[in-house]
Amino acid sequence: MSANSKWVQLAVLAGIMLVLPVFFPSGYYYRVGALVYVNALSVIGLVILIGYAGQISLGHAGFAGIGAYACALAPVHLGIHPALAVLLGAVISGVLAILIGRPILRLKGYYLAVATLGFGILVSMVLSNERGLTGGPDGMAVPDLGLRQVLRGMGLKLSGGEFWYIANALVLLVAIWIALNLFHSATGRAMRALHGSETAARTVGIDVARYKLQAFVISAVYASVAGSLLALQNGFITPDVAGFMHSVEMVTMAVLGGVGSVLGATLGAAILTLLPQVLTVLADYEQLVLGLIMILVMIFLPLGLLPSIAARIRWRGV
Amino acid sequence: MKVTTTALATLMALGIATAAHAEIKLGASLSASGGAAFLGDPEAKTLEMLVEELNAKGGINGEKVELVLYDDGGDPNKARTFATRLVEDDEVSAIIGGSTTGTTMSILAVAESEGIPFISLAGAIQIIDPVRQFVFKTPHTDRMACEKIFTDMQKNGITKIGMISGTDGFGASMEAQCKDVAGGYEIEIVAQETYAPQDADMTPQLTKIKSTDGVQAILNPGFGQGPAIVTRNYAQLGIDLPLYQSHGVASDGFIELAGPDAAEGVRLPGTALLIADIIEDGDPQKDVVSAYKAAYEEKYGEDVSTFGGYAHDAFKLMTGAIERAGSDDPEEIRDALEATDGLVGTTGTYTFSADDHLGLDLSAFRMLEIRDGEWVSVD
Repeated sequence: MSANSKWVQLAVLAGIMLVLPVFFPSGYYYRVGALVYVNALSVIGLVILIGYAGQISLGHAGFAGIGAYACALAPVHLGIHPALAVLLGAVISGVLAILIGRPILRLKGYYLAVATLGFGILVSMVLSNERGLTGGPDGMAVPDLGLRQVLRGMGLKLSGGEFWYIANALVLLVAIWIALNLFHSATGRAMRALHGSETAARTVGIDVARYKLQAFVISAVYASVAGSLLALQNGFITPDVAGFMHSVEMVTMAVLGGVGSVLGATLGAAILTLLPQVLTVLADYEQLVLGLIMILVMIFLPLGLLPSIAARIRWRGV
Repeated sequence: MKVTTTALATLMALGIATAAHAEIKLGASLSASGGAAFLGDPEAKTLEMLVEELNAKGGINGEKVELVLYDDGGDPNKARTFATRLVEDDEVSAIIGGSTTGTTMSILAVAESEGIPFISLAGAIQIIDPVRQFVFKTPHTDRMACEKIFTDMQKNGITKIGMISGTDGFGASMEAQCKDVAGGYEIEIVAQETYAPQDADMTPQLTKIKSTDGVQAILNPGFGQGPAIVTRNYAQLGIDLPLYQSHGVASDGFIELAGPDAAEGVRLPGTALLIADIIEDGDPQKDVVSAYKAAYEEKYGEDVSTFGGYAHDAFKLMTGAIERAGSDDPEEIRDALEATDGLVGTTGTYTFSADDHLGLDLSAFRMLEIRDGEWVSVD
């Protein structure tokens, strides 16, 4: 896989993002597209953690929750612009990830999964119970980003759906670019080495704990930014965003699409975001079909959709 | 990448397929599955039943109604997506839904910015306060439930109470509202405890309240199984104070869950629907609640619930407005809806105005007491 193919992948994805709206029959599809991109963003964070470094987190929705509530709370209480609140949320998430990850990641095995599980539940409990601050389970409003009005002032009129489709697509492209660069860097190679065998990686002089921590922090920041974007485009947020089911959903998207592949994870996010919309015609059987698809993919395509298909048609470069 | 395009193509094909011709399109996003299914399920069933009933009678002004119903599973993010879909893709004329406050707030933003009349089925007061142009709701607010309970307490000379509430959305919201209005009824909250929705034993909290000096009654804002457990523990501890529950457990299921012995003497504010069998002749709500209860129980073979009643009222309000507007133009429906005057529903009698989008007063609530496993009106 060469640096060349990185640009090819990015160009293909950007092309698809650009062409898709031509086929959108109504504004609703912009909303679905924007959701796909924002989900893909947090899932790519998990690709770095699970796919590169081989660590599992079951509490990433906790970081999404921190990012989301940073956007809801900081503009009101600290008086800062929502865009800066996205950064603030990312910094808080990153620092928390260091505090959690530092002691845990020195250990081998699945301790991180358990620790993050606890962390995620803790965040959603705090968000639900601190009624005075967060509005509790009923949720709270998120201030508008204001960028759409600025664009309108410049003569560019966009609907809410169109604006967020473009904004999320741009953020996702940057996130993918970073993830692909990381993959080819020394850090990325070190992460993948310790994924293969921690003992072997340590033997060749890789600081295992440090690289695991780096992967964890990066993925936490990805989830946080995704949470912020979701909060800003919905204009309203509840503790559900930090819920355990949301964490599981993220891991499922990553595993379905192919946890070692950035494009695969994007595909997984796309499928699991679109399916519930498509399956509304099946009404009561929606959950059943969703579960069945997951089981079939895991049995017949254990590497995840994209890598398995790619391997089958011998398509190199993913 | 090919798979993405195929999935999208399928999605579009389905989107176009569902946009088949109908005269009047009514949209709904309800929490028919997930944690709030006990709200959304009877609501969805009620809407389906009423649409069928209405179309069998020839629809509104001779035009059939098509119901586009989505299940948001109680997730506000999904609710927003479905609301967008209803407005932009299905092009509905009006929306009913939002089983919970969270999902309602998500749908509300879409309805308000796109100018589609929306009737919510959730309790919180912030839905209609401040009044938003296109947003209405049918259930009483938590605040009104507190006021009704405190009125009854005042009548019985109670001035100091203990409160034990659930930490879920319903319990927490009602707790805050009750604290807010207690002063106005000269009621002092001298003890306050909480429990998580999944807790299986509330004995410690109740013991603490019991041993607080001067407590004359206990109030339990909450829904689901929590209040039933509180009621059972209450009987086990032999606490000899009046116990007030909220409208959140106003159903026969509550008596079954708590047991008729433990529930004896429990008071709560409920709707006429709960006492449909014993409601007096001549009561303005008699016909409405009897008809709805009979139709629902015959069709689905399960007990009617207060929550299904909220959907019933929303449907009657909306279809009434469409009929009077004489068109399916959202603006005209909204204007007709706001002009609703004296529509009798299962929850109460609705009269909307420019600064009241709930349209109910305290008289809509009835103070009920459980005696020998049955509801009795004690107003």
